[in-house]
Amino acid sequence: MKKSKAFWGFLVLALVIYAVVQGMISGGMLDLYYQNILIQMCINIMLAVSLHIVIGITGQFSIGHAGFMAVGAYISAIATMKLGLPLIVAIILGAVISALAGLLVGIPTLRLKGDYLAIATLGFAEIIRIMFLNVEYVGGAAGMVVTNLTTWTYAFVGVVITILVIANFTNSRHGRGCISIREDEIAADAMGINTTYYKVVAFTIGSFFAGVAGAIYAHNFFIIQPTTFNFLKSFDILIYVVLGGLGSLSGSVIAAIFLTLVSAYLANFPETRMIIYSVVLIIVMLYRPTGLMGTKEITSLFKFGKKGGSKV
Amino acid sequence: MEWLQQLVNGISLGSIYALIALGYTMVYGIIKLINFAHGDVFMLGAFIGFYAIARWDLGFIPALIISMLLCAIIGVIIERVAYKRLRNATRIAALITAIGVSLLIEYTVIFFRGASPEAYPEVLANKSISILGASISTQSIMILAVTIVLMILLQFIVHKTKIGKAMRAVSHDADAARLMGINVDNTISATFAIGSALAGAAGVIFGIYYTRIDPLMGVLPGLKAFVAAVLGGIGSIPGAMVGGLVLGVVETIVSAIGYSLWRDAAAFVILILILILKPSGIFGKNAREKV
Repeated sequence: MKKSKAFWGFLVLALVIYAVVQGMISGGMLDLYYQNILIQMCINIMLAVSLHIVIGITGQFSIGHAGFMAVGAYISAIATMKLGLPLIVAIILGAVISALAGLLVGIPTLRLKGDYLAIATLGFAEIIRIMFLNVEYVGGAAGMVVTNLTTWTYAFVGVVITILVIANFTNSRHGRGCISIREDEIAADAMGINTTYYKVVAFTIGSFFAGVAGAIYAHNFFIIQPTTFNFLKSFDILIYVVLGGLGSLSGSVIAAIFLTLVSAYLANFPETRMIIYSVVLIIVMLYRPTGLMGTKEITSLFKFGKKGGSKV
Repeated sequence: MEWLQQLVNGISLGSIYALIALGYTMVYGIIKLINFAHGDVFMLGAFIGFYAIARWDLGFIPALIISMLLCAIIGVIIERVAYKRLRNATRIAALITAIGVSLLIEYTVIFFRGASPEAYPEVLANKSISILGASISTQSIMILAVTIVLMILLQFIVHKTKIGKAMRAVSHDADAARLMGINVDNTISATFAIGSALAGAAGVIFGIYYTRIDPLMGVLPGLKAFVAAVLGGIGSIPGAMVGGLVLGVVETIVSAIGYSLWRDAAAFVILILILILKPSGIFGKNAREKV
C-alpha cells in the first residue's frame, strides 16, 4: 500500500510541476532562455538517474555514460533526419539501440571490478565516440545538423518515465539483487544471486535511459558533434550522481537540478565552473565520501518527522 | 625501408608512453590508486619545460631537470593534500578524487593562461641521418637516449637504493613494512615524486617531439599510458616499459596503414582485449581474491 501511495504522490507532484511550468510557458512568463534551461535540466536529471542505477544501486563504477548518450543522440538523429520518422519513434529507437549497445558493452566488461571496470567503460565510450567521428554518414567531426523538435513536454515526460521505472526497479526483486551486489558481491554470489545477470540488467537499463536523454538532447540543439560526448560529459554526469549521494535517487535528481542552474549561471565562465566542480568533488570525497544525501531518499526525511524517529 | 622509419617513430612515441606509464604503475603498485592526475602532471611538465626554454633561454638538459624537479614537488603536494586522507577510503572515493584533482589542474592552468596551444621552441638540432635507407631524425635518437638513461636510473633507484627497497617492501605489504620500521608515508611520497618526475620528463620530450602543447594535452596520453601500464601488467616496472613501447608501435602501425583517425581507438581496443583475456597483463602476477 505504502509503495503505491508514493507512486501516486509522485505522479500528482509531476502533474502539478508540469501544469505550472506549461502554464508559465503558455502565459509567456518563461522565455526561450529559461525554457532551454528547463529542458537541459530534464536531460541532466535523466542522465543522472540512469547513471545512478549503475553506480548508486549496483555499485558498478562506470565512467563512460556519455557514450550511450551519444548512441541515443545519433541513432535518433538518423531516424528523424535521414529516415523521416516522427520524434517519438526516434526517441524509442535511439533508446533501444543504446540499450543494445549497453548490453554488448556490459557483457564483457562487467566481469571486471572497480578501477578496471571504470577504465574499460571509459575506453568503450571513447571507441563509440571515435566511431561516430569516422562515419561520414553522420557528418564526421563537423557534426550532424538536427532540427529542433524537443519541447518541454517531451523532456518532462522523459524524466517522469525514467524516475518511475528506475524507482520501481530499485524496489523490485531485481533491484534488491542489485543492491546486494553493491553491498558485497562475494556474499551476494554466495547467496545464489546471479551477479553477472543483475549487473548487465542494471547496465542495460541505465544505457536505455541515457539513450532517451541523448535523443532528447540531440533534438534540442541544432547540431550534434562527437566532441560533445567526450569523457568530460561522462564526468559531468558522474558528478551529479556522486554529489547527490551514491545510492540516492532523489539526491542525484537534486544535484542535477542544482548543478544545471550553477552551470547556466556560470555559462560565461566555463573555466571557473570546472574549477568549482572539481574542488567541490574533491572536498565532498574527502569529508563526506557517500555524497550529500548518502543512501537516503528525500522522502525518508519527511517520514522521520512524522513517525517521531521510530526505527525503520 | 619505410617500415623501419615507422618503427622508429613508434618507438619514440612508445618511449613517451612508457615514461608516463611508469608513474601510473608505481603509484598503483604502492597504493592501488589510478592516479588520473598523472596525465596532468605530464602536461605541467611540458609547460614548465616550455617556459624554461622559451622564457629563460635554457638548454634542453637544464629544462628537463627543472621540469622533473618541479613535477616531483607537484606530485608530492598532490599526494599529501588529496590522496593521503583517502588511504583507507573506498576505491570509488579515491578514483573520484583523482578525477577531481585532474580536472582541477587542467582548468586552473586554463584559468591562468587560457586554453590556447603553445608552439614549442626548437632546442634540439633536427637533422636526419639515413640508416638502412630510412631517414631517422636526431631528435628521435635523443629522445630514445634520454628515455633509456631515465629508465636505467629508475631501475638503479628501485633495486639498489634504500628508498627503492622500502618502495618494494611497501608495495608488497604496507602493514608489514610499517612494522619493520619503514616510514610508509615518506615512501609513498617518494614514489609520487619519482613517478611525477618521469611524467615531467615525458612532457618535455613530448613538447620537443610534437612541438604543440595545450592545457588539455595530458588527458589522452595519460589514458593511453594507463593502457600501456595495464598491458604490461600493472604494478610491474618492466611491464610498463614494454607496454608503452608496444602501444606506441601499434598506434604508429595503425596510422601508417591509413587509419590515422582510428589511432586513438586502437589503444582502447587493446585495453579491452587485455582486460578480458589476461587482466594481469604481460608481466603481471595473478592475484587471488580473498574474502
